[in-house]
Amino acid sequence: MFNLFSQVGGATRMVSSAVFWTLHARFETRQAVAQSVTIGVESFGVTALTSLFTGMVLALQAGNTIGNIFGDPIFVGTIVAFSLIRELGPVLTGVVISGRAGAAVTAQIGTMAVTEQIDALYTLGTNPIRYLVIPRMFGFILTMPILTLFSNVFGVLGGYLVAVYALGVPGEVYFTDITTFMGVSDFMHGFIKSFIFAFMIATVCCYKGISTRGGAEGVGKSTTGAVVTTIVLILVLDYFLTAILTAFGI
Amino acid sequence: MIEIRNLRKNFGEKKVLKNVNLTIPEGKVTCILGGSGCGKSTLIKCMIRLIDPNGGQILVDGKDITKIRSEVKMAAIRRHFGYLFQEGALFDSMTVGENVAFGLKYLTDVPPSQYARIIREKLALVGLREDVAALNPSELSGGMKKRVSLARVLAVSPKVILYDEPTTGLDPIMSDIISDLVLDLKAKLGVTSVVITHDMHSAFKIADYIAFLYEGEILLHGTPDEFRKTENPYVKQFVTGSSHGPIQMKLMRE
Repeated sequence: MFNLFSQVGGATRMVSSAVFWTLHARFETRQAVAQSVTIGVESFGVTALTSLFTGMVLALQAGNTIGNIFGDPIFVGTIVAFSLIRELGPVLTGVVISGRAGAAVTAQIGTMAVTEQIDALYTLGTNPIRYLVIPRMFGFILTMPILTLFSNVFGVLGGYLVAVYALGVPGEVYFTDITTFMGVSDFMHGFIKSFIFAFMIATVCCYKGISTRGGAEGVGKSTTGAVVTTIVLILVLDYFLTAILTAFGI
Repeated sequence: MIEIRNLRKNFGEKKVLKNVNLTIPEGKVTCILGGSGCGKSTLIKCMIRLIDPNGGQILVDGKDITKIRSEVKMAAIRRHFGYLFQEGALFDSMTVGENVAFGLKYLTDVPPSQYARIIREKLALVGLREDVAALNPSELSGGMKKRVSLARVLAVSPKVILYDEPTTGLDPIMSDIISDLVLDLKAKLGVTSVVITHDMHSAFKIADYIAFLYEGEILLHGTPDEFRKTENPYVKQFVTGSSHGPIQMKLMRE
């Protein structure tokens, strides 16, 4: 329990230090751009693939279940798009980013910590928050909403393929179902979630990396720890965010 | 001048530094001797607050740096220090040249157009050819890594250089070149050096003062001559490198 509190405390200090250095020091633009590209490119393929199939399976399940009850696969587009844009888009993207880019960030910063490269940053006039954490936080926060958007597109596309070619729903009906029942607030719902997940993933993965001790074994432990923590937190946070956002009518 | 007073550092239950008192005079070479794991690296890391001590004072030009809470103020103190890490601590995502130039960007006003010249000069100073600059640290041997790391320190011209075992892993000739370099920096630029070492040959060659760290305290602090003549059995055993003596007996008792 003490360990948990000290980790939360450490991560909070890291974030406040990141805010401080963002305001008080030159922004590492090159690093931030490089990190955004790396995070985006690393996670794009897996995000697209998982979202495509999730959209497909949603359409298949919804079509079959509704077909059994009402005799016709109606509202398939609505169900697929609602589930994806409000819930699964941000959650799936978050899980994929944790496993791909998040793990890579923790392993890289962790290796730097155990080989004294983090100490070397201090002695050469910068510090790990400025040089490593801020560009990566920026990278996650910038790319996660973009990847979520792609995830939504691929998911809806997957749903479309199944709805049209397996369930026989006309294409225009599928899209009309989406546009009739969904509004801007649904997009905002998913968008806000993706920002919060990105911030959480960046914080956990960078903090686990910086606080790594104990050689190769330590790097392994931090990396698994970071991935497990972020995935669990995504699912837990998702519930509470849904509750809060819905209460605010978003 | 750096003055260390009653410095304490624990790692959990383990008291690594119990009560360290040491004065490091400006423009001189001070060697810190001591057995493996006795806290030598911890001591010099405390000197630039890479590790926060649990108690005591570290006065840098009369200012107690253990009291500094602001990261900005601490960075301003650190800019006068160079630190040669034991394993080099080169940034493995960058080339050798980028490593050497790294500090220039953050610690100096040197324009980027001058970086190539400085990289070349500093690599030459540690006995490396210019074409090494394009290599990645993973392509270097242990000794070369250490020398590149030293070139990276020298590039930013610090007033004080802390060396964590600079000659370990180097062949005798290269060790001597590094020793000469330490003396050269003192003579030409008045650089203050603090050198952690096991290498008695190098210590006697370069040191103006030697401090012997044992069980978290400085057991003896004096000139190389005083070390040669000492009757202190602990120091004598270490200096002569004998497996027989009180240090071993102490180990056996534990």
